[in-house]
Amino acid sequence: MAEVLSLEAHLRTQRDGGRKLLVPYITGGLGQDWAEVVRAYADAGADAVEIGIPFSDPVMDGPTIQQASEVALDQGANLPGILEELREIDAGVPLVVMTYVNLVFHAGYARFAAEAVAANVSAVILPDLPMEELGEWEPHALEAGLATVQLASPLTDDARLARLCARSQGFVYGVNLLGVTGARQDLSESSTVLAGRLKATTDLPVIMGFGIGTVAHARAATVQADGVIVASALMRLRLDGAGPEDLGAVVAELRAGLDEPR
Amino acid sequence: MGDPGSTGRFGDFGGRYIPETLIPACAELDAAFRSAWVDPLFRAELDGLLANYAGRPSLLYEAKRLSAEIGCTLLLKREDLNHTGSHKINNVLGQALLAKRMGKPRVIAETGAGQHGVASATAAALMGLECVVYMGEVDMGRQELNVFRMRLLGAEVRPALSGSRTLKDAINEAMRDWVASVETSHYLLGSVMGPHPYPWMVRELHRVIGDEAREQCRALLGCDPDIVTACVGGGSNALGLFAGFAELPAVEMVGVEPDGGAAVGRGVPGIVHGSKSYLLQDEYGQVMEAQSISAGLDYPGIGPEHAHLDATGRARYEKVTDAEVLNAFAVLSRTEGIIPALEPAHALAWVLRAKDELAGKVVLLNLSGRGDKDVAQVAEILDRESDG
Repeated sequence: MAEVLSLEAHLRTQRDGGRKLLVPYITGGLGQDWAEVVRAYADAGADAVEIGIPFSDPVMDGPTIQQASEVALDQGANLPGILEELREIDAGVPLVVMTYVNLVFHAGYARFAAEAVAANVSAVILPDLPMEELGEWEPHALEAGLATVQLASPLTDDARLARLCARSQGFVYGVNLLGVTGARQDLSESSTVLAGRLKATTDLPVIMGFGIGTVAHARAATVQADGVIVASALMRLRLDGAGPEDLGAVVAELRAGLDEPR
Repeated sequence: MGDPGSTGRFGDFGGRYIPETLIPACAELDAAFRSAWVDPLFRAELDGLLANYAGRPSLLYEAKRLSAEIGCTLLLKREDLNHTGSHKINNVLGQALLAKRMGKPRVIAETGAGQHGVASATAAALMGLECVVYMGEVDMGRQELNVFRMRLLGAEVRPALSGSRTLKDAINEAMRDWVASVETSHYLLGSVMGPHPYPWMVRELHRVIGDEAREQCRALLGCDPDIVTACVGGGSNALGLFAGFAELPAVEMVGVEPDGGAAVGRGVPGIVHGSKSYLLQDEYGQVMEAQSISAGLDYPGIGPEHAHLDATGRARYEKVTDAEVLNAFAVLSRTEGIIPALEPAHALAWVLRAKDELAGKVVLLNLSGRGDKDVAQVAEILDRESDG
């Protein structure tokens, strides 16, 4: 089996080469050909791909990801099935799994960590597992060689931000705004402030998410930050029928927009 | 049943499984509640409202006719006589005062059957706070009158349109609102669940039930009850009652869950809505729907302190069926002239079933709410059964 790609090393190399990082999202199990979307993202210039494991009660997600989760669950998506498909994908970029902690806890922390690594997953994002509760999961992730990404909020104070960055692995996820996921008209002002604070705190790649749906958002967010996560905008298209090629084309546009000289 | 400390742990259960954005708000609330709870001025203000607005102390009533039928001494703690018709007022008055103390002009609440929503809207009206209540779209249809009540009280009722469109989805929506509005809003959570400090804080705000009942029982009978019992959905009325008796080892504590929503009996440990507790889930950890005749108990989880009381054996948990509940509802109405809410009818249903075990004992039951809200539903069910 190929070595699981190190997320942090990969992202650092890309960033240090002068590139802005692009991490598109797909809800695992959303449509038969969802795994092909992962490959399409990678081929279109994604630096990593985020795969959501749908959960019945996604409290950090807005209407689009909620709907994507519901549809995927109705189509029979489940954790072992999604990991099984990921195992077969040779995307060539690191894979990051995003889910809510109950699915991981229910599977068993040690078992989940081992199975995720076996499915070529490099890192996990667990938005409802803050630093206070990280201790029950982190040892199992470390043992398996799975990175755990920490999320920073505009309300995180400086002292906590420093601890959070020190604890984060792979990259630091900057949450652009106070609110749930979902496309917004404009990039929030809090995004720039938080990105600046994160960049002043850590050398880890700083990737911003929540409310980034357009090239303009992505460019604005990466004035300071190292990269962006794009989720709801892509899932809106997916729910409206977009296939791997269509979604790959959108990611290619985002890629080109980020690469354009400033 | 002490202070779970800054980590909010009851044994393995509880905690703060929340997004980073809410961490500062929960820390602020923990600090605010700790300082308020030892502040004589805050306590005096709350006690004043409980006495002069909510109508406390609530009566402890000896149900003599029913006692004779069962063969025990049955005492009813009459939380149904409180303003707004249930125990919920104890918690909302405390939290609304806290919201003001923290300088938050807006409160968010979730509601299932509408009782906590009505209580929240009431407290918000009393204190001049803006109030938004999330309610599953399905529940809004089932409880139109409570929707009207909340609006009459000046609250905005927003439908939860996602998932099963019931209580757990209303909680999801309330949390989503809170994540976006946390700087100006307090989440007025309605039960002993959610992230720390809620399970502990809500239990403390309901502790008055158990403290009153203990002293009233001693005054009435000169002894402590053998058994205290209450219904459990999230479990706030039960913990309020248990808090007054947990330090008395001779007093047995029994929580009664609906058969279709028995998180203790049928759930396994899980994490949702901010804490770790027993939770009804499918084989992959997806949260399942609770099913019972009583919307107020239709929650797939249970407060984390209940999970701990079960794990340590300090309390025991029983399940009753909808049919037993309907019977208990009718029995109390006929023998005592008290129409209970369907929720406490669960506790009574267990008492009726366990009469052999309870013979000669003193049983104190928390009658957590009145049945007015349920009579139309029960009439419909009985009609259907007689037609069938």
